[in-house]
Amino acid sequence: MDAIILQILNGLDKGSAYALIALGLTLIFGTLGVVNFAHGALFMIGAFCAVTLSKLLTLSHTVIDETRTDFLGNPLKVEVPYVYDVFGQTTGDAIIDWAVPLSIFFAIPVMILIGVIMERGLIKHFYKRPHADQILVTFGLAIVLQEIIKYYYGANPIPTPAPEAFVGSFDFGALIGFEAGQIIYPYWRLVYFAFAAIIIGAVFAFLQFTTFGMVVRAGMADRETVGLLGINIDKRFTIMFGLAAAVAGLAGVMYTPINSPNYHMGMDFLVLSFVVVVVGGMGSLPGAVLAGFLLGILESFASMREVIDIIPGINQVVIYLVAIIILLTRPRGLMGRKGVMED
Amino acid sequence: MSKGNLTRRGVLKTGAVAGAGLVLPTYLRAQESGFTNAPTGSTVTLGFNVPQSGPYADEGADQLRAYELAVEHLNGEGDGGMMNTFSSKALQGNGILGKKVEYVTGDTQTKSDAARASAKSMIEKDGAIMITGGSSSGVAVAVQALCQEAGVIFMAGLTHSNDTTGKDKRANGFRHFFNSYMSGAALAPVLAANYGTDRKAYHLTADYNWGYTTEEAVRTSTEAMGWETVGTVLTPLTQTDFSSYITPVLQSDADVLVLNHYGGNMVNSLTNAVQFGLRDRVVNGKNFEIVVPLYSRLMAKGAGANVKGIFGSTNWHWSLQDDGSKAFVQSFGTKYGFPPSQAAHTVYCQMMLYADAVERAGSFAPCAVAEALEGFEFDGLGNGPTLYRAEDHQCFKDVLVVRGKENPTSEFDLLEVVEVTPVDQVTYAPDHPQFAGGALGTCNNGA
Repeated sequence: MDAIILQILNGLDKGSAYALIALGLTLIFGTLGVVNFAHGALFMIGAFCAVTLSKLLTLSHTVIDETRTDFLGNPLKVEVPYVYDVFGQTTGDAIIDWAVPLSIFFAIPVMILIGVIMERGLIKHFYKRPHADQILVTFGLAIVLQEIIKYYYGANPIPTPAPEAFVGSFDFGALIGFEAGQIIYPYWRLVYFAFAAIIIGAVFAFLQFTTFGMVVRAGMADRETVGLLGINIDKRFTIMFGLAAAVAGLAGVMYTPINSPNYHMGMDFLVLSFVVVVVGGMGSLPGAVLAGFLLGILESFASMREVIDIIPGINQVVIYLVAIIILLTRPRGLMGRKGVMED
Repeated sequence: MSKGNLTRRGVLKTGAVAGAGLVLPTYLRAQESGFTNAPTGSTVTLGFNVPQSGPYADEGADQLRAYELAVEHLNGEGDGGMMNTFSSKALQGNGILGKKVEYVTGDTQTKSDAARASAKSMIEKDGAIMITGGSSSGVAVAVQALCQEAGVIFMAGLTHSNDTTGKDKRANGFRHFFNSYMSGAALAPVLAANYGTDRKAYHLTADYNWGYTTEEAVRTSTEAMGWETVGTVLTPLTQTDFSSYITPVLQSDADVLVLNHYGGNMVNSLTNAVQFGLRDRVVNGKNFEIVVPLYSRLMAKGAGANVKGIFGSTNWHWSLQDDGSKAFVQSFGTKYGFPPSQAAHTVYCQMMLYADAVERAGSFAPCAVAEALEGFEFDGLGNGPTLYRAEDHQCFKDVLVVRGKENPTSEFDLLEVVEVTPVDQVTYAPDHPQFAGGALGTCNNGA
């Protein structure tokens, strides 16, 4: 029982990341009709926003310490962050410690800007082209973005730890009456799950309760009629692209303490996120969220030793197997609408 | 004109086709000198096949730096580095056999097929007489086999799997780097001394060749001193989040977790294990411990503070204080501004060893070079007295057991050497079961 609870918990944070990426993907597909293979790269760029802010905050000037020596025996050059000069060491350390959460404020404008530039600069030229062309161009874009990041940040993962306050884990088992230390869950993963829930809630509320959201939903249902009413739906869709980029970016920012980011992390999530979108139903926002969590938890279960012992290798294929079964029985996905991707 | 007659155009066509046929597979053709790509002018070309893209690109970049430094030193430029401390004095700083050393580079992408293609291109198009490099055992084994067929020497880079000088060994291939067996043999006594002999270990193992041999080596060595292995799970190489593999460890009664992972896998699995509080656990009345059999400073950097206090093994570390290591660190550090990695060290050594063997053999012919390397004993290259064993072309030298440093003084100062395991303790018989199943065969000059 405790093993099952643990794997459900495990599935939640992975599911959160899948759900956030898939939400943006399906939002772009629903509004613009574009299959965006560069969405994983946006997740990765979000993570690198956190890396960049950490680097900016630790930007230093050197002070030569004559009492110590470096690896070549020369006087040691000690790096002193500029933040210390401005705020003093204690506040400076606290700011550096909270770099990842602070990156949220840095990432939102950056990601919206990148999203808008991507849409206006490249993707809008492919609206009327077949999906295959869209996939090719966005996949190419993803590789270019990935290589740019690798050029500047290197290929190895860059540690981006959570604030000191969130290091360690929460004894969930003790809370629900199990033996202490049996079901523990890192604090940051709980934060990630809560953060994902808030973002998902905010996106839904935005689409459901604002006039802007109402117009976007109307545009998703019938773009032509909305246009005939004199509403500039294209402009709104561009903003939605920026928003979807920001959602992916924030998912990336908050993911950095879970796994040290590297240039390839977007691709690792991209394929699975597409499976999530397809299983959830193309263009369905609740479907994407549901499928994200479902597949995250399923993947966790499949990597249990007891399961692998019975069916070796199941951990690597389970998501695709389930996707095949769902698509065979429900070709529109779990919550897909009639007519989407069927023309 | 009837069909059977010769025409001018027909003769030209036939001639062109026949000519092309003769030109293309140059490395398969017998040459006047009797071996592939024999240097004829005043220069000799070596091929550096390293990952310049993909997940090990940083190791590859560091290896290229070391190769460039080695080329400088061989050609008599710079401060000479470890050439000055090398016990063999055959190298004069005038190139190799008086020929200036030039090089071409290829990108292995850490993929066997890409690595073979780039090595093949360097041999056939650029006339490389020796191929060296690689940051993965899969790549090393593949390129070693290609070099054997092509008749050039392969000086392996960073490859730790037993198979490279075990079941996949080749007469034209040589490895300076240590291997999984040596890691296990060196680590086990240190682990016993620090964690006791009554331990229950759980292994997470990368699902490929290197992972299997490392798990086997560490299991065998730790079980021999009394540890029990309570679980082994293979993890996909593409895995990024290891939480679902880490949590079953909590459910087992294991009190040690062995991470047979390298590169990004190691960074992520170790980070996840620490996040899940494994290091704060007490199981069976003992503190829970984590072990990483193969450490690399570049990887330790990726895992950040999570490596503190964790044991592992490494081929070489820049903080060593012997003359060879100091000379190399001085030379590399002055040129590039930071200390070299173990990946850089091993390829620099391989360059020196190859060049020296050619000088001693008086010939670039692969079989002559191989004969000069076989059974060669040397010192002064940073690892103490070393033997290039003739039976399997594996270097035998001391192995470093390292631990993540608690209070690093710089971004390079991440590991501390806790023990230098003497070579006798990591030496094994050529027919040891972990290395069985292959044969060196005979060396190939390619002609």
